[in-house]
Amino acid sequence: MSDQSSVEILTEWDIVAARQLGRNVAKELGFGTVDQARITTAISELARNIYLYAGQGRIEIQQLTENGMKGILIIAADSGPGIPDVRKVMEDGFTTSGGLGAGLPGVKRLMDDFKIETIQGEGTDIRATKWLR
Amino acid sequence: MKLWLQGSPGGFYDKMNKQMATYIQENMTDIIAEWQQMMRDEKDEPSFQVMSEEMVNQTSREFAGLMTSSLLESHQVYENRLQDFAEKVVRLGWSITFMTKAIDHFAEIVYEGMRDAGTIHPNNMDGFIHEFANWATPIRNSMIDTYSKTWERTVSLQKIALQELSASLIPVFDKVSVMPLVGTIDTERAKLIMENLLDGVVKHRAEVVLLDITGVPVVDTMVAHHIIQAADAVRLVGAKCMLVGIRPEIAQTIVTLGINLNDFTTTSTLQRGVEQALAWTNRKIVEVEEV
Repeated sequence: MSDQSSVEILTEWDIVAARQLGRNVAKELGFGTVDQARITTAISELARNIYLYAGQGRIEIQQLTENGMKGILIIAADSGPGIPDVRKVMEDGFTTSGGLGAGLPGVKRLMDDFKIETIQGEGTDIRATKWLR
Repeated sequence: MKLWLQGSPGGFYDKMNKQMATYIQENMTDIIAEWQQMMRDEKDEPSFQVMSEEMVNQTSREFAGLMTSSLLESHQVYENRLQDFAEKVVRLGWSITFMTKAIDHFAEIVYEGMRDAGTIHPNNMDGFIHEFANWATPIRNSMIDTYSKTWERTVSLQKIALQELSASLIPVFDKVSVMPLVGTIDTERAKLIMENLLDGVVKHRAEVVLLDITGVPVVDTMVAHHIIQAADAVRLVGAKCMLVGIRPEIAQTIVTLGINLNDFTTTSTLQRGVEQALAWTNRKIVEVEEV
């Protein structure tokens, strides 16, 4: 069972909109302030990756209910160039844009589950879940 | 049919325009009543519900007048009226969907009325349909134009307002300055922060700069990266940079993200930061006994 809503990422300000949506859903689900900060930061990273590397894409926020557990699922999907070496981008400090290179590995640590699917030339689909404890 | 469509249609269309205008003027009260009813029936549109009866009537009459004016008066007179009216409805807060519906419904009522009255009949229907389209489309376009101009103006004003808000360096003590950061940091603001920071440090001869991020909602890797770069640059012009106002939840996300702020002096509040900055410049705040 899930409720969903999404934000198209086209400009830098859409990142803020995606973040706001995530924060609202997280608040509604009853996440504490620390987890809210984690979730919004994760959304911010994923949305920024879309904006920087794919140009455009979509952030989807779903509410999850599974085995009596509640959670939030972030889907970041784009039809960009894809990631050539997934193992490398998951290493701390690897960056192609001169940034800190903490984005994707950081998101993985901020969330509970993290899945990444990418096909070169076709796009990337990242799913990250945080469960309410 | 073909003859007047291909030939000089001016006279023909002028006549149609006059017929339309005459019909509207003769049946003004009925048209307005029917139109108001249609607009009230529009769901999800509170524009009419929240207005007083008198206001609705007055605006309706103005709208009808405008619609007629486009048929009769010179282009310039009509353009001015349209501009005034569009600005008025934007101020009233009518949505653009509501306005386009208003135009469509009005044209629909007039068309159906003229058909029922027998002015429009199968023989001249094509011509009238053409003429109705010529009538409604420019009005709709100008409305959309005015709306988007108003929005553009609002957005650019807000952008300026935002820039004024963002990132000013405030000297609080001799050699100590504070830059409070409030709100989202995007690429443009990050640049502004860097510039103001460096200019301010030189101008105020600051030795210590406190960057206060109490008001920054999310610190992700990009924001952290900009802060680190700004601090490095400050170091290059010979001052020290301190990061203050780190809320507990932000501290946790920074650690989880794996961002290294070891080169920074950081404090939880601005107050502690100021104390530290004074200590660095060999000063402190003391309580004095009343004399």
